[in-house]
Amino acid sequence: MQHYWNSPVTWGHAGIYLLGAIAVLAVVIFFVTYAIYFERKVIGWMQFRQGPNRTGPLGLLQTAADVAKLLMKEDTIPARADRVLFILAPVLAFVPSFLVLAIIPYGLNLQFADLNVGFLYYIALSGVTTIAIVVAGWASNNKYALLGGMRSAAQMISYEVPLVMSVVGVAMMTGSLNLRDIVIGQEGYFWHWNFIPQILGFAVFVIAAVSELNRTPFDLPEAESELVAGYHVEYSGFRFAFFMLSEYVYMYAIACLGTILFLGGWNPPLPQLDFIPGLIWFALKFACIVFFLFWIRATLPRLRVDQLMGLAWKVLLPIAIANIFLTALGIEWFG
Amino acid sequence: MIRTEELLLNVGPQHPSTHGVFRIVVKLDGEIITEATPVMGYLHRGTEKLAENLNFTQIIPYTDRMDYVSAMTNNYVLVHAVEKLMGLEVPERAEFLRLIVMELQRVASHLVWWGTYLLDIGALSPFLYAFNDRERILDLFNELCGARLTYNYMRVGGVKWDAPDGWIDKVKELVRYLYGQLEEYDALVSGNEIFLSRIKGVGAYDAKTAIAYGLSGANLRSTGVKWDLRKNEPYSLYDRFEFDVPVGRNGDCYDRYLIRVEEIRQSLRILEQALEQFPEGGETMGKVPRVIRPPAGEIYVRIESPRGEIGCYIVSKGKAEPYRLKFRRPSFVNLQILPKLLVGESMTNLVTILGGIDIVLGEVDC
Repeated sequence: MQHYWNSPVTWGHAGIYLLGAIAVLAVVIFFVTYAIYFERKVIGWMQFRQGPNRTGPLGLLQTAADVAKLLMKEDTIPARADRVLFILAPVLAFVPSFLVLAIIPYGLNLQFADLNVGFLYYIALSGVTTIAIVVAGWASNNKYALLGGMRSAAQMISYEVPLVMSVVGVAMMTGSLNLRDIVIGQEGYFWHWNFIPQILGFAVFVIAAVSELNRTPFDLPEAESELVAGYHVEYSGFRFAFFMLSEYVYMYAIACLGTILFLGGWNPPLPQLDFIPGLIWFALKFACIVFFLFWIRATLPRLRVDQLMGLAWKVLLPIAIANIFLTALGIEWFG
Repeated sequence: MIRTEELLLNVGPQHPSTHGVFRIVVKLDGEIITEATPVMGYLHRGTEKLAENLNFTQIIPYTDRMDYVSAMTNNYVLVHAVEKLMGLEVPERAEFLRLIVMELQRVASHLVWWGTYLLDIGALSPFLYAFNDRERILDLFNELCGARLTYNYMRVGGVKWDAPDGWIDKVKELVRYLYGQLEEYDALVSGNEIFLSRIKGVGAYDAKTAIAYGLSGANLRSTGVKWDLRKNEPYSLYDRFEFDVPVGRNGDCYDRYLIRVEEIRQSLRILEQALEQFPEGGETMGKVPRVIRPPAGEIYVRIESPRGEIGCYIVSKGKAEPYRLKFRRPSFVNLQILPKLLVGESMTNLVTILGGIDIVLGEVDC
């Protein structure tokens, strides 16, 4: 869609953009629906269970049924809650999660906005969701929600730092923050991809990304065993669904980002596999990252708050900075 | 000028990690607990008072409902007390069956603890693995006495049901299977860096404190005190079998974890030997009068339940009903140290410490 970018805005272009946006929305909703199904199945198998298998063939309609249930549920707002903020918070969490998808390049010419500050755009907007979580925790007028919200704020702010730092190495190698340029910079096969020279950055990125997503082992904001459900404890029905939706959309976004930054985007891993279209490679790598997230959820226990902070500031950040230094040396010595 | 104040947080009675209807009111300074007050009694059914109007056989099902995760040991402590008071002989086959079900129960109980503790720490899968294996034990109990949780299996003077054909072989097979499973559990969890960092050094106390608070079971042994009633005051047939009593050193949650996992292994060892020596034939009920009327007097017996020292105190006036019945419930006694341990800890450690004590609310409230 690049050629629209520099042409004047007309009604026709606006219409095409609208259709494109609806298409992305449909893709993402489809992904979320089946990511939840896939997650429940994968974790079920890992735990010797069947997972959902009653609603529709193989349980494929389970998520649809869940969403229908959430839609029909009574919409409760606690009596002493801050009504305006309470209603605003799910929206505030949800909107940026969709906005960040605009910059994801799925293929060489399959991208909404070819921003030169693509990665910064992502970080800036995803930060807004943190505010939404704090607002949700605050507005609920519930102590558990408040604790969850505060934890989340501390966690997401802490982990954004190593997340950004881990990508600096990639940006240095490419000389750009433009996601499309970053993939083009990895043109070639798997030994050209960033995850080999940037292995430290990749490791930090994965850990920080899991934490940004609030998933096990970093799911403290909603730590079920301590805080019951954390910031969304008072939310029910579709407001709750919006929090869940934004969480899974972020998972989509982070998996895309990992694919683009470190795994060569739409490039095939081996020359013999060139005949398979790039979009499929993108989807495969993306699916691997998503599977990895489910896998660790079934395996690992949860960290404690202080350990979580310690990990971010004392381990990940120094490694990420060392990675920047090493990358600079590498560029200086080997070009 | 910023004004700060402490947050009063009500944890429970409906909370996923209090293991039942238990409530703690905690004062939080940020996330640090400055004061914790346990509130108990939501599950109080007045078992001890009810027992005063029941004959001894009728009391047995009530003991099932105290520590419902380990009903067999509760059964045993009551019938054992009555037998001792009356001086009854229990046939060897019955005693073997009792010992086998008690040790199976210990394994089942520790598996429940293991799974739920990991769930408290945030790991989802071990819970299902543990319950999967516990299910096999419950299936065997089901085959033996027709119940999965509240067995009502033991009687004064013996056991209600003899082992069905092939049951002993099934237990043998299960013991072999569980040895293998334990290896896998250790591989999955016991060395996990996150898990270790969560429990090492958390909720530590020394042997003096533990004894002063009357702790027993793994809570006491984690401080290095080698006290296991199966060894120190052998009851049933425990003096015939070889097993070790694992002890810890630091008295923290990590030591308690290791001890409980090791105790599963030791129980399997006892089971192996007991199944080898299991007598071929014989009665399962001793010579017991039709109406059980213990002579006037009082008695206190104690045995090692999976949670610690469970005791039964009976005052008899020579009637079919006890004049007074009192259970020393280890969960209740062990819980008393909780407020002391919680001060200065974070909310997250509250769950770790409470889980590490291993309480069953049916027994706390009784």
